[in-house]
Amino acid sequence: MTLHEIIWILEAEVLFGEDQLDMEVKTAFVADLMSDVLAFATAGSLLITGLTNPQVVRTADVLDITAILMGRGKKPSSETLQLAQELNIPILTTKYILFEIAGRLYAKGIRGCIEKVGSK
Amino acid sequence: MDEKPLYDGSFAVVGGSFDNAGQVSSGIKAILKKMGLSSDVVRKAALVAYESEINIVSYARKAMIRLRVVPGSIIIEAIDEGPGIPDIELAMQPGYSTASPRIREMGFGAGMGLCNIKSFSDIFQITSEVGRGTYLKMIIKTNSGSLNS
Repeated sequence: MTLHEIIWILEAEVLFGEDQLDMEVKTAFVADLMSDVLAFATAGSLLITGLTNPQVVRTADVLDITAILMGRGKKPSSETLQLAQELNIPILTTKYILFEIAGRLYAKGIRGCIEKVGSK
Repeated sequence: MDEKPLYDGSFAVVGGSFDNAGQVSSGIKAILKKMGLSSDVVRKAALVAYESEINIVSYARKAMIRLRVVPGSIIIEAIDEGPGIPDIELAMQPGYSTASPRIREMGFGAGMGLCNIKSFSDIFQITSEVGRGTYLKMIIKTNSGSLNS
């Protein structure tokens, strides 16, 4: 699924990365705890979070995350947005809560990075 | 470790500098990527460096992160001056944390950092002295062939 389609499904707003919306993601990870993102998220995924600080972008950069989607209408701080520009990682925001985001994307074919923990 | 490293560099990290936390790890990632290492290996190295950097910023006064690349491995050491860890076994337990609210606001401090570092390193060593500091050594094995092309 392309970022364009995700934006359409979730009525999302693009805060950075207008020129990268043709990129595709097949998997996603939802968390507000960056240590869990680091432990379980996989490269090329969509990171769905309610956190807005620069560490979200750093975490995405470390893992080669394709794009960050902030739920519950959250918007990044100016430092976060600046870092996203520097590291070239798209940031989207939507008013849907994280449960709704996950459900709507799952229904359209996006899957979790992993299904369960402990299978490593 | 007799062979001359393909890369050897040290980076300073200042305790409490929450706004810049992760800068050194992003730099390490860029260096390793440029050296042509596989993206899996680069991601693991960046991840252990990043968790170490978050720990330093969160708890230590200051630290050096040293990155060395030798044929077959990436070696990352984090040497800090700080309070040290009184009970390493306890600190290694998933979920054990002494984090402040500031650390938790950043999305860390849930007691996963050292566990993540251990699970993403091929070899992991930790020593600590209360009142002096903590030393971490993390080795990530690379495909030795991928470095020599």
